[in-house]
Amino acid sequence: MSNAFFTKSIARNIFFGGSVFFFLLFLVLTFDTTRKLPKSDHRENLTEEVVRGKHIWETNNCLGCHSLLGEGAYFAPELGNVYKRRGEAFIKVWMQAMPTGAPGRRQMPQFNLTDEQLDDLVAFLKWTSEIDAQGWPPNIEG
Amino acid sequence: MQYQSQFVAKPYFIAAVGLFIGQIIFGLIIGAQYVVGDFLFPEIPFNVARMVHTNLLIVWLLFGFMGAAYYLVPEESERELYSPKLAIITFWVFLVTSALTVVGYLAVPYATLAAMTGNDILPTMGREFLEQPLITKVGILLVVVSLLYNVSMTTLMGRKTSITIILLMGLWGLAFFWLFAFYNPVNLVLDKYYWWWVIHLWVEGVWELIMAALLAFVLIKVTGVDREVIDKWMYIIIALALISGILGTGHHYYWIGTPGYWQWIGSIFSALEPIPFFVMTLFAFSMVNRRRRDHPNKIATLWALGTTVTAFLGAGVWGFMHSLSPINFYTHGSQITAAHGHLAFYGAYVMVVLTIISYAMPIMRGRVANSPQAQLWETWAFWLMTVSMVAITLLLTSAGVMQVWLQRMGDTPMSFMATQDELAIFFWLRLFGGGVFFIGLMVYVISFFIKGDITLISANGENKNAKVSISTVDTIKER
Repeated sequence: MSNAFFTKSIARNIFFGGSVFFFLLFLVLTFDTTRKLPKSDHRENLTEEVVRGKHIWETNNCLGCHSLLGEGAYFAPELGNVYKRRGEAFIKVWMQAMPTGAPGRRQMPQFNLTDEQLDDLVAFLKWTSEIDAQGWPPNIEG
Repeated sequence: MQYQSQFVAKPYFIAAVGLFIGQIIFGLIIGAQYVVGDFLFPEIPFNVARMVHTNLLIVWLLFGFMGAAYYLVPEESERELYSPKLAIITFWVFLVTSALTVVGYLAVPYATLAAMTGNDILPTMGREFLEQPLITKVGILLVVVSLLYNVSMTTLMGRKTSITIILLMGLWGLAFFWLFAFYNPVNLVLDKYYWWWVIHLWVEGVWELIMAALLAFVLIKVTGVDREVIDKWMYIIIALALISGILGTGHHYYWIGTPGYWQWIGSIFSALEPIPFFVMTLFAFSMVNRRRRDHPNKIATLWALGTTVTAFLGAGVWGFMHSLSPINFYTHGSQITAAHGHLAFYGAYVMVVLTIISYAMPIMRGRVANSPQAQLWETWAFWLMTVSMVAITLLLTSAGVMQVWLQRMGDTPMSFMATQDELAIFFWLRLFGGGVFFIGLMVYVISFFIKGDITLISANGENKNAKVSISTVDTIKER
């Protein structure tokens, strides 16, 4: 690095020039993605129910144990495709039956959701399972 | 100590270490819950303990970065801090905000906390690492803005060095991308897209500027190598970091509903992401080999070397291991992600904060370096923590490989919970590794209280020229 031709100011210029260039390129790609997203995120199906369901999902910190499209915690099953794996009735009964209290087993808290809140949450999970996620997860187990 | 106002860094560093202890205690709790599922249930459910574990990490690293900035900027700018008083007020605001947030997590159900803190006005909570109530998020923003005002004014009124410019860019970037924590669209795909603007553009973007600046500062101090040489390396490293890291965000856009071309962009730029970390390792070792002085603070030098190697392994190698899209298809959201997260955060950010603390704390306590006895304890802490974290990473990687094999490959995949049962042995050993890490952390804390032969900073030495001071200091026996 003691090369007289490759000076500190050249290194600095590469840093500033490179960072600005790639950040601008990132913004261009973001713009393009934003234009293409309606095809894959099926936003036309974002009903009031789904929106409320996302709020319930967030305010109970579901991501503290579960993952959703692979992001979150890895303590409990992936829920991006749980609607397809288990179906509506199972999800509702399951949540109402928690915690199992089985000794030594991982426990899910009881969130005391109303029937309407359960409907909203399921609507959100159904909507999520229908996002075009490039074929992920590899199989139904998530 | 060249400037009195650098002392404001001390409470920041003490708080950082205190919160670090809290982080590890909660790490042990969730590590135990992985194998004894009902441990501390329902008092502290897993989601709460994990939130405390990750949020404390973020907060104590921020305390470390801020302490580092308040320490470094006056020395680099060759003038007192613009407002030491503001820095101290900011410290208490940040500490109280952090403490109240953790109390809130533990005291009431999360949904209640959300209702109590105005989440319905602007919903921002319940997203990974951004679980903080709205008021805490605003608090963090104000604390960072206060820091930026203070250190930017100091820099503007004093000497401008490459190190302060890069540090300030990193801190301004940190504040800017934090703004996306307040953006939570109802469309989950958009939510995830911009969530990564906080998470990825922090840890694989602007935080790397902070890391490089802190490392450059400490290396100048402990090796005495010419600033021009170190600056050039620093610019090369951060150029490589941002050129690879910005579009490297693409490796998070594979499976969240974004267009397929991100698999190409993410894979190509992810493949470049280990390079800056490799160059950083070359940089640190080359500077230490070419050192012009033997600084008595050996352990700060060890932390500086250690952070580059561990960051290269954790962020570079373990990141690349699962960031090509055909591999990530199988490993996404598995224990491999957890393995990478642990070693990357420890190597890059925990260790660089411990580097600056190791360098600056003795000086703020009136000595060039801690006694050889105290440094020996800190060296033990270095190895206990680093080796146990590498072990944790290897165990989680093994668990992840087995998880992918059982749950995601083959014609008869096992369910998530059935797979987890098969991984129990790895999780038990990981918990043991966590225990060793905690012992290492205790040894680290004890090292601050070990007495011995210390080298005091002479009244006229360090203040003028560090090179002179080291040879003119008086060695005395403490106690």
